[in-house]
Amino acid sequence: MVFVTDVAAPLAGWVDPRLAGASGEPRAMRLYRRMRFIRRFEESLLEMFERGLLNGTTHACIGQEADAVAVVEHLTDDDHVFSNHRCHGHFLARTGDALGLMAEIMGKPEGVCGGIGGSQHLCAPGFMSNGIQGGIVPSAAGIALAKKLDGGAGLSLVFIGDGTLGEGATYETLNLASLWKLPLVVVVEDNGWAQSTPSSANMAGSMHDRFAAFGIPVFEIDSTDVEEIDTVAGHALAQARTWEGPVAVIIHTYRLCHHSKNDDNRPAEEVAARWELDPIEIHGGRIAQSSRAKIDTEVESALREVIDRALSL
Amino acid sequence: MILLGEDLVDPYGGAFKVTRGLSTDFPGRVRSTPISEGAIVGICAGLALSGYRPIAEIMFGDFLTLCFDQIVNHIAKYEAMYNGKVVCPVIIRTPSGGGRGYGPTHSQSLEKHFLGVPHLRVVASSLVHDPAAVLRALLAQDSPVLLIEHKLLYPLHLILPEGGRIEGDIAEQHISSDGLPTVSIRPVPREACSFTVLAYGYQAELARRVLSRLAVEEEIFGELVVVSQISPLDWVPIDASVSVTRRLLVIEEGVEGFTWGSEVAARISSRFFGELRQPVVTAASDPTVIPTSKTLEARMLMTSGRVERAIRQVAA
Repeated sequence: MVFVTDVAAPLAGWVDPRLAGASGEPRAMRLYRRMRFIRRFEESLLEMFERGLLNGTTHACIGQEADAVAVVEHLTDDDHVFSNHRCHGHFLARTGDALGLMAEIMGKPEGVCGGIGGSQHLCAPGFMSNGIQGGIVPSAAGIALAKKLDGGAGLSLVFIGDGTLGEGATYETLNLASLWKLPLVVVVEDNGWAQSTPSSANMAGSMHDRFAAFGIPVFEIDSTDVEEIDTVAGHALAQARTWEGPVAVIIHTYRLCHHSKNDDNRPAEEVAARWELDPIEIHGGRIAQSSRAKIDTEVESALREVIDRALSL
Repeated sequence: MILLGEDLVDPYGGAFKVTRGLSTDFPGRVRSTPISEGAIVGICAGLALSGYRPIAEIMFGDFLTLCFDQIVNHIAKYEAMYNGKVVCPVIIRTPSGGGRGYGPTHSQSLEKHFLGVPHLRVVASSLVHDPAAVLRALLAQDSPVLLIEHKLLYPLHLILPEGGRIEGDIAEQHISSDGLPTVSIRPVPREACSFTVLAYGYQAELARRVLSRLAVEEEIFGELVVVSQISPLDWVPIDASVSVTRRLLVIEEGVEGFTWGSEVAARISSRFFGELRQPVVTAASDPTVIPTSKTLEARMLMTSGRVERAIRQVAA
């Protein structure tokens, strides 16, 4: 990736052990810590929106944190991530730059894109996002082609949602990526709802077969358990690193929050039932009560500092 | 540098043969793609973000509609949206324009839809500009570029200024700060020209021929200003001419209504309000589809005859 201007050192990246986990922390605890932080970061955002402290809009990934955290476990510094409108979890998991993101969403010059990009348009080393559905897939494929031409080790990964499978640019790119055997990983987070429209009203045929039709291997899982997703992502990324062409990862998950802000018409009982599968609780239950409480406290204090520092900028 | 587009590879060498021989000389760097204009241009975006200098060929300018999202919402936005952290120097070349009888969807000049897109340069090839110099200038900077090449220019020879002349006319070349040329052509000194004609591409060549004939046969003297970058415009050479002639005609092949000429007319009318000797005249093709029939097409598009009528209007 070429950066023409100096990228400010992350204002507060994964260097903060309260967010990243100290080196040597067991993987299970790290996964929990990162999911917990993403959750609390976005809950705080929504709260700040309600209090009128933030401008514009946002798309939280509450309920889908396990996807970002598990997939990023398998990335290296050589890899590139492209994300979509619902990108905070991916960004935080990839870069750890919570203060840069918070300042960006607050519209401050110290934000990762100087307040120009805002919630949906982020750029950091090894990471970009854009708010146009499907349009990011060819960009990600172009980055994959560059990596292939460079003969380097990295691959290009793009997160899309189930709704994006309605976009033509996606299929043009799947065809080309498979034809040219590009090191591209397409991660579909199927949360069942495209804004207010259920998949059943959006999608004919099979999600899996859409990729299979282009000869792209599919790794599919229906889970909000970060450890299960971690395993599947590991297999998928290992396959992608054989450089035999793109792979797809389909994660059937659920969005526990509204699409953006205050726009949720889904049946209350459906949402309530899915809270039983909250990834934070599923995985949190595996961690000893005292350790979990300690992580929660550390995350809270780190988050408080991020918000206070961002507000004071 | 990488070149992507449909049917580029030898022996076919592109629908208009612009890339003929290149895939043989540069295997792997000149690639034929599926019929997927959005993906072609979008993949170029990713390449450019990764430090490459991709050039996309869109087989017909009409197909630019299929990459509009990639150009407007991705390629032209990345640098500014990410606050200068990246650049996305994609060049998109496309054969455009009518006169070949290809009908409503293979003859259009759709560039007006891209004029004024922030951070996008729209450049048009003309016979009086050295295409190698233009391409070098475009490759030396980091903005994305839409490069319009009128199909009827391909079989013609370049008419480059030499020693300040083009075929006996005075030819003055102005180079913008970005290295892009504007060539001003006049049969007599500017002070003796009674109007300015602004044009690009094939229309510039039509205007040059008409102006040349009118100068010899009727002593009607006008200055032709041929820009290479049509958006944003380098106003220096245009202002220099209009400030003296105080009459302006703007010609383009795209259809009339919300045009390049309208923008120029608004800017010039404002800049030279009170100094112009008559309102700015604009000439463009009829606002309808481009007929396939040779007779109907010639009636609808800007042709040599219509260029001459417009020139007589501004010269009157």
